[in-house]
Amino acid sequence: MFGKLTLQAIPFDQPIIMGTCMVIIIGILAILGLITYKRKWTWLWTEWLTTVDHKRIGIMYTLLAMVMLLRGFSDAIMMRSQQALASGNAHGFLPPEHYDQIFSAHGTIMIFFMAMPFVVGLMNFVVPLQIGARDVAFPVLNSVSFWLTAAGALLINISLGVGEFARTGWLAYPPLSELPFSPGVGVDYYLWSLQISGVGTLLSGVNLVTTILKLRAPGMTLSKMPVFSWTALAANMLIVAAFPVLTATFAMLLLDRYLGMHFFTNDGGGNPMMYINLIWSWGHPEVYILILPAFGIFSEVIATFSRKPLFGYRSMVVATMAITLLAFTTWLHHFFTMGSGADVNGFFGVTTMVIAIPTGVKIFNWLFTMYGGRVRFTSPVLWTIGFMVTFTIGGMTGVLMAVPPADFVLHNSLFLIAHFHNVIIGGVVFGCFAGLTYWFPKAFGFRLHEGLGKAAFWFWFVGFYLAFMPLYVLGFMGMTRRMNHYDDPAWLPYLLVAECGAVCILVGILLQVAQLVWSIRKRDQLSVDARDPWDARTLEWSTTSPPPAYNFALLPKVEGLDAYWEAKQGVNAPMHKNYEPIDIPKNSGLGFFTSFLAVVGGFGMIWHIVWMGVLALFAFLVLLAWWSWDEHDEYELKPSDIARLERASLLTS
Amino acid sequence: MSVEAVTVDAYPEEGAVLPTRQHVTGFGFYVYLLSDGILFAALFAAFAVLHGATDGGPDSHALFSARNAFIETACLLTSSFTCGIAMLACDRRNRFVTLVGFLLTGVLGAMFLTLEVREFSDLIARGAGPDRSAFLSSFFTLVSTHGIHVTCGLLWLTVLLVQFLGRGFTPAITRRFLCFSLFWHVLDIVWIALFTFVYLIGGYL
Amino acid sequence: MPFQHWRKPALGASVAIACAWLSACSEGVLDPKGPVGAQEKQLLLEALIPMLMVITPIILLTLWFAWWFRASNARAKYRPQWEYSGHLEFSIWMIPLLVILFLGSLAWVGAHQLDPYRPLVSKRKPVTVEVVAMDWRWLFIYPDQGVASVNELAIPVGTPISLHLTSATVMNSFFVPSLGGQIYAMPGMQTTLSLLADEPGSYRGLSAQFSGDGFSDMHFQVLATDDKAFNAWVDHAKAEGVRLDDVAYNQLVAKQATGGVVYYSPVTQELFAHAMESATRRSVTAEVPSPASSSVTLTAAAKEH
Repeated sequence: MFGKLTLQAIPFDQPIIMGTCMVIIIGILAILGLITYKRKWTWLWTEWLTTVDHKRIGIMYTLLAMVMLLRGFSDAIMMRSQQALASGNAHGFLPPEHYDQIFSAHGTIMIFFMAMPFVVGLMNFVVPLQIGARDVAFPVLNSVSFWLTAAGALLINISLGVGEFARTGWLAYPPLSELPFSPGVGVDYYLWSLQISGVGTLLSGVNLVTTILKLRAPGMTLSKMPVFSWTALAANMLIVAAFPVLTATFAMLLLDRYLGMHFFTNDGGGNPMMYINLIWSWGHPEVYILILPAFGIFSEVIATFSRKPLFGYRSMVVATMAITLLAFTTWLHHFFTMGSGADVNGFFGVTTMVIAIPTGVKIFNWLFTMYGGRVRFTSPVLWTIGFMVTFTIGGMTGVLMAVPPADFVLHNSLFLIAHFHNVIIGGVVFGCFAGLTYWFPKAFGFRLHEGLGKAAFWFWFVGFYLAFMPLYVLGFMGMTRRMNHYDDPAWLPYLLVAECGAVCILVGILLQVAQLVWSIRKRDQLSVDARDPWDARTLEWSTTSPPPAYNFALLPKVEGLDAYWEAKQGVNAPMHKNYEPIDIPKNSGLGFFTSFLAVVGGFGMIWHIVWMGVLALFAFLVLLAWWSWDEHDEYELKPSDIARLERASLLTS
Repeated sequence: MSVEAVTVDAYPEEGAVLPTRQHVTGFGFYVYLLSDGILFAALFAAFAVLHGATDGGPDSHALFSARNAFIETACLLTSSFTCGIAMLACDRRNRFVTLVGFLLTGVLGAMFLTLEVREFSDLIARGAGPDRSAFLSSFFTLVSTHGIHVTCGLLWLTVLLVQFLGRGFTPAITRRFLCFSLFWHVLDIVWIALFTFVYLIGGYL
Repeated sequence: MPFQHWRKPALGASVAIACAWLSACSEGVLDPKGPVGAQEKQLLLEALIPMLMVITPIILLTLWFAWWFRASNARAKYRPQWEYSGHLEFSIWMIPLLVILFLGSLAWVGAHQLDPYRPLVSKRKPVTVEVVAMDWRWLFIYPDQGVASVNELAIPVGTPISLHLTSATVMNSFFVPSLGGQIYAMPGMQTTLSLLADEPGSYRGLSAQFSGDGFSDMHFQVLATDDKAFNAWVDHAKAEGVRLDDVAYNQLVAKQATGGVVYYSPVTQELFAHAMESATRRSVTAEVPSPASSSVTLTAAAKEH
């Protein structure tokens, strides 16, 4: 009846886990209680849970990412503490079977449920505004995508209290992740939550590619599209091309585990190395899915706050598209030590390095954007300059590891860990924070507190260097990743410094939470000019903050890059307002219900409660058919209504 | 700041310049189908890698019946043809031909599925199930992923035809017919690749 | 004025790190004890130095531009329209291109010269060692000497060692930081690695690929000695060792444990082939301990150790 699920699945004997679970449960109950007390359920349901407005979905993605950042960071600081304590004969406070779950969960959550939702959320919010569109191409699908991601995130967090998580590392290499070596439900939690959220990501990629290619404002040819939208296009094309490979690979591993197939098993002729090839032919493009939008954010920020157009727009676009193509040619550098032979290793070493060319060009472009500018040191600019310094170092160590013989001594060492945190924190995370601070006033109509933001930046920045520079050294000293304990006392001082770095970052995160809370409470003091608090250049700043449901009362006509900046420089008065009716998509519960069924079905399949999985699938098909019955998924806003709304928004500002 | 009154010059007649919803949906669906093609590409790659990994079990020469695969191919190709006819009729708003065309498409698709299920159960009965060897795992997964797509297509078509019978050519229904026909043709293309690489080359060469 | 504060720690930190790299690595990849490691280190530095020459000016320029063109600096010239320069665009493509041209050839040539499959040139006949990774120990088989050992790899100094590797369970990675080189040990497959120690000593070896709960203890000692001591080690292993045939091997593999040095002699011919073959037909879930019992095994093994 309940498959593998028994009461023993809940680790009552683990005080750390049970304590955490209690805190989470109490927190959730408190929030639910508050909503009930304030009678906000209807509001929550109509304004957020069933919304199909790309702006609100983008905000929900970002919120999810920030919550998951807290979870992923808790794992990180536990790992750092364990390694700071587990020197010599000491074995720290985490036994291997728990520690192994923590580093697997850290990687999985940070990539799939922190970085991805953050980047996707920012793209979702900004791209339609920036290209002058009313919404994404498929608003309901957008909501489904978000809710699937949320379902995956929920499932992976359920594994904390019910059962266990994978003890295999964040990519679950077989044969370790196969049934004989991982008989528990940990790998199943991993696979199902990533399958569910992966489908969401794929659909969101399809949606945004279509939006960017089909819904740009009249006159905005591709050569007049802002750079962030270009990078979003590139990232979403990569999603469309890479995520199906992930889905297929995980499906094969699932079939191995559930139906006794032999794709990656040791026996039956299976080939574990095929998994490693397949997963990295998704995994390397994934890196660029994350970093390209961050590059776009930095481009917008640096141009706006230097009061100059971006230097070398065409180079920037060419470089972005070059990276997009090259992303698929480098995956083998993740396993030079497999013994593929000199020609193969040499080839992939060279292709990997070739990516450094367009990336280097971008760095120069940002550099020369500042040249001759009027740089204002707001917190988005601090994140950007911090990125330019940090990412350059990370890029260098990356190219170093692309030399196959150098990789032979650095592979899987802490040098590698330092390298990819160097580019992911220094690139993606700094980028997301820059974007968050930059577009926050557009989303809510008030700024985030600058002082706290700058303080958070400095703690993150210093903390990053403290936490990861020692790891480069440890890599040279021959320390590998994923060590639960070690007996070389020479490593300890470096790990203690790294622990201090993690504490620094913790302070940075706390400051960001404080910044958010403070800014919301003092929003009246921080409220901004209606449209354009930063004196910015692109179309999203030409509408009100927050923008109306339809984004633009009149679709803008674009005649150049930096359309809004050019309009501000010109003398053209606002047009007489001949509004036309606007079709607005209606709310839809499809996403929320799909997500609910995905959680139920996924949980059933994880615990081998087959009837639950089948029931959820069947219910989903019925839901889909039922949803397709209603063809009137839009309502019309009349010109008189638009005029009224526009007047109201002008008055409030 | 005084710039707040500045708006970007607007386009007077937006209806004339924005693509229609049918166009956007068709394009988006096409992008989705591209991603589906990559899913199949990954499964094809797995099949190519594991083709020889029979673990002492039967190989493709011993298992595949070209006759069966040939009839399956004929069913699917014909169904694509009837689907095309139905779409032409849909463009001309011919209710009867549209209905008959799609019905035939569905029947041929169901025949294809029946043949496939028969083939699978026959293989499993002969001890050549998906858990026998890596080669058979990849074969079953590749072919049945296509089969699952066909099944979804048939469910979709059923719902769509019920709606069509009740409502006729509404914008939503013609849009969905367009997407369905794209889907069905792509499945046909995938099957042709399957037939060539799995059954013809795998079975004979 | 945050930037002045900023530059100093950055420079200071990089100097400190550079010193730390040079001084602290008593054992590690920057202090190689054999030609493979030495060449890999050489290559690493050859790639590092030109890149440092490019990125250091970039970082300094970033800080300088940001500082000089700050909004409050009236002396800096504002060029609100300056967004394109043909010469500059050409250079910013050419600089990375040239660097990568250099590094790319370095990578290509290096990949061939230091190919782990390429035998080392030496007048002395290589010693063959067959390596099997297990949960979570290393078995070293010396087919020519007829001995085997767990977690202890004895090698004669100055003689090329030809390693053939496989895994009895999951994937592992064989790595001796002081000697350089690293290669996966994979079930049912064989990889090859050539190493050579120049100096006698005891070096740390480990698995660099996570392989399960006992992974952190999956290390071994490399004893690099002169020929005489090596022969003595072989004799010692012969005297102390117990017989290792297919049955004993299967029992060894089935037990999940860490640590401890064991010697075996005599060793059945073709044991390595048996190891490769048996890994691919391990009966599914037959000998899998539950998580709880596996940790018990670990603790027990730690106590033994």
